[in-house]
Amino acid sequence: MTDWIDIGTLADIPQRGARTVQIAGEKEIAVFRTGDDHVFALVNECPHKKGPLSQGIVHGYSVACPLHNWNIALKTGEAQGNDEGCTPTIAVREEGGRILIARPASLKAAA
Amino acid sequence: MDFQNNGPETASEEQLFVPSEDVREHLVVVGNGMAGCRAVEELLARDKHRYRVTIFGAEPYVNYNRIMLSPVLAGEKSFDDIIINSRDWYSDNNIELIAGDPVTAIDRAAKTVTSQSGRTVGYDKLLIATGSDPFIIPVPGKDLPGVISFRDMKDVDTMLAAADKGGNAVVIGGGLLGLEAAHGLTLRGMKVTVVHLMDSLMERQLDEAAAWLLKSALEGRGQTILTGANTEEIYGDGKVEGVRLKDGTEIPASLVVMAVGIRPSTALAREAGLEVNRGIKVDDHMVTSDPDVLAVGECVEHDGNVYGLVAPLWDMCRSLADGLTDRHTGYRGSVTSTKLKVAGLDVFSAGDFSGGEGCEDIVLRDASRGVYKRVVVKDDRIVGAVLYGDTVDGGWYFDMLKKQEDVAEIRDLLIFGQAFASGGGALDPKAAVAALSDDAEVCGCNGVSKGQVVACIEAGNCSLDAVRATCKASASCGSCTGLVENLLAVVLGDDVQSGPKTLCKCTSFTHDDVRREIVAQNMRSIPEVMQLLHWSTPDGCSSCRPALNYYLLCALPGEYQDDQQSRFVNERMHANIQKDGTYSVVPRMWGGLTNPRELRAIADVVEKYDAPMVKVTGGQRLDIFGIKKEDLPAVWADLNAAGMVSGHAYGKSLRTVKTCVGSEWCRFGTQDSTGLGVKIERMTWGSWMPHKFKIAASGCPRNCAEATIKDFGVVCVDSGYELHVGGNGGIHVRATDLLCKVTTEQEAMDYCAAFIQLYREEARYLERTAPWIERVGVDYVKQRIVEDEAGREALRSRFLYSQSFSQEDPWAQRAAGADAELHQPLEPIAIAAE
Repeated sequence: MTDWIDIGTLADIPQRGARTVQIAGEKEIAVFRTGDDHVFALVNECPHKKGPLSQGIVHGYSVACPLHNWNIALKTGEAQGNDEGCTPTIAVREEGGRILIARPASLKAAA
Repeated sequence: MDFQNNGPETASEEQLFVPSEDVREHLVVVGNGMAGCRAVEELLARDKHRYRVTIFGAEPYVNYNRIMLSPVLAGEKSFDDIIINSRDWYSDNNIELIAGDPVTAIDRAAKTVTSQSGRTVGYDKLLIATGSDPFIIPVPGKDLPGVISFRDMKDVDTMLAAADKGGNAVVIGGGLLGLEAAHGLTLRGMKVTVVHLMDSLMERQLDEAAAWLLKSALEGRGQTILTGANTEEIYGDGKVEGVRLKDGTEIPASLVVMAVGIRPSTALAREAGLEVNRGIKVDDHMVTSDPDVLAVGECVEHDGNVYGLVAPLWDMCRSLADGLTDRHTGYRGSVTSTKLKVAGLDVFSAGDFSGGEGCEDIVLRDASRGVYKRVVVKDDRIVGAVLYGDTVDGGWYFDMLKKQEDVAEIRDLLIFGQAFASGGGALDPKAAVAALSDDAEVCGCNGVSKGQVVACIEAGNCSLDAVRATCKASASCGSCTGLVENLLAVVLGDDVQSGPKTLCKCTSFTHDDVRREIVAQNMRSIPEVMQLLHWSTPDGCSSCRPALNYYLLCALPGEYQDDQQSRFVNERMHANIQKDGTYSVVPRMWGGLTNPRELRAIADVVEKYDAPMVKVTGGQRLDIFGIKKEDLPAVWADLNAAGMVSGHAYGKSLRTVKTCVGSEWCRFGTQDSTGLGVKIERMTWGSWMPHKFKIAASGCPRNCAEATIKDFGVVCVDSGYELHVGGNGGIHVRATDLLCKVTTEQEAMDYCAAFIQLYREEARYLERTAPWIERVGVDYVKQRIVEDEAGREALRSRFLYSQSFSQEDPWAQRAAGADAELHQPLEPIAIAAE
């Protein structure tokens, strides 16, 4: 069983951009919209130095961290190229024009 | 043998001496164009010494690439760029070139040719390569001044002269040549109407769907395209004034370009009594009805076919040279394909795409990318293909078409192209080129196969430039550059010598290439640049997107819509991101001056938003640290209220103008450096640049404002102002070069504006003035800014024009609510579990 949280519509997120969403007691989440309108959610922290990924440049299915230009795959959260590290991903689905993200497991356990 | 060696040009002792000594057979070539010279090149490659060669050309030039006249017209290339063989080639190979003097008669009995100037030359073998003549439709007014064709350099010169005056042009003919002429004239500022007799453009190369895409794209660039339009008359009194169509429509025009087609130029051969049908009839070795007369290129007819494309011409030249050197391979006709750039748009077609019984179409459309692909299959074999927008796989389809390969097994994937259809690891482009057969054509412009490119690389040409210089692959239109680069990588692995660095991994073009093409092709958006320049990624990367955004912004002041998502975070948020994800805020302090009101407002902001630190910067301003992105608009509103605007401390833009107190207070001050600094900052603030840009003005040579390590520095002296450029602090400190000395404050401002604009237009993105000047040389900058007064004034006015759009405070816009979503998180709503 998964708790889903409605965070708005596709139009709320800029194309090739991101918005953040804060769920009480949880790490901030970055929700990305790609050039072809796919939506992905990651914890808003680069695995390198915790840079806010939501502020990076979104290209293809990757985001370049604004602090040191690490490229993170939006699907897996993994650092690309020679860099190593992984950011947790959060499941996303669309329903009736609304974007829903899965409530992070830790929060569910605590609730 | 040579009856005419007493003219002034050939009267040197040496040349009088040579013919009597040179007992080799004499080959005379009539036509100094692509076919004639290529035939000689092929011949020399087989046997360098067998023939003495004389070439006659009607045009007063060396051999140039006629296909590339379109880029010359469009301003993308100069005439020098399209020369195939320079004077050196002729002299190195002892070829006598008689240019600007067309041959007017052939006497086959005496074995001589006679030129317009009366020069008569004997031959042992004669090669006719007269090409083709433009077809002029027989309408009234066709001979009026201002009615031209599009065939040679003279036509281009006429068009350029007409375009200089502006106004309207009509191009009759919507084939390749007509559309290229229309594109060039449009870029040169004329308002162009294309009049095409058929219902769809380029009907011989494109099907209706592709033609429609092409038409829409051209209309989008401001051309008027009339199809199904029949020209009745070209009217005008003493010179052309317009075109009247059969339906009565009148289109005013000061220039009419007739580009309805070409036909083989056969008059000379016909008068000499050679057998001529549509073209000069030749056998498989390009020999005419006279065994000592050969013919090659667009003027010939082989096996009932006349060709107007360049690829068959290369095949003919090879067979001809084989025949002349006793290797009897023979020409067997060509299957042609057309891979073209029409007005910067990629188009490919091959074979038969008219459909018909048993033909099946496989079609792919991608409207948003402007891509259309159609492959026509009959009995499991490709019989035709039309590609628009993405022509990468043209060569692959054409290869299979020529070989009649069975495509049943890959049919489902065929339309997605070679990389996909070959499956497995072939998504790697290197594997894809490795899989090409040796005779697959890589470069359509110069007729170079994969095998020839590989041989050229294996012969020691280890860079793109070397390959281009040697076998000419990708040396013309450049659309096969990627293929050649992959072949280099396949053959040499890591030993490839790189040429100039590309902009980023998404493209094979350099910064300079991209900038030049943006202007030349009048590109207006990032997606358009990526589409037209064959970007290998869907939407670029974090290196190219900010660069393209800047190049477009610089090229189109006031018109280009800035793309926020292609800016680095600091420029998007108008503040500097810090390691903890908060921002620092630096309001502008003009020339480093401030006042109680500003200081109070800053103090209030620091307290109100609980900023943990405030610091004086190196650029004489105050930096407020630790502001959250949500609070930025409110902070800016408070600072705006005290009259402060963004300091752009975050941008690739004008940062600070540092000053010392100057003559107003300082006992050593020679001029009002503070006042000048403020004026310069008022003029330059808000401008986007390739990188950050710092200015300083010192009031005397003690230089307290450190002007000699700034991008632009003014050092005041008793007699005026020393202007310094190209300095910076940073990792590699570089002191400035002295640009010049001027006497008035206004001159100092004018030179500053011109210098900034030169840097904005010519430096590469993320290149500061110091490395830029090291690269181009300070003498170049002096020449542009100091010596060229008109150029300086033009640069300055372009800068001021651009500034008229950029001096709006971005903070005030955000404080008023613009782009609020960049600062606010989404509001989550919990919904039921499932």
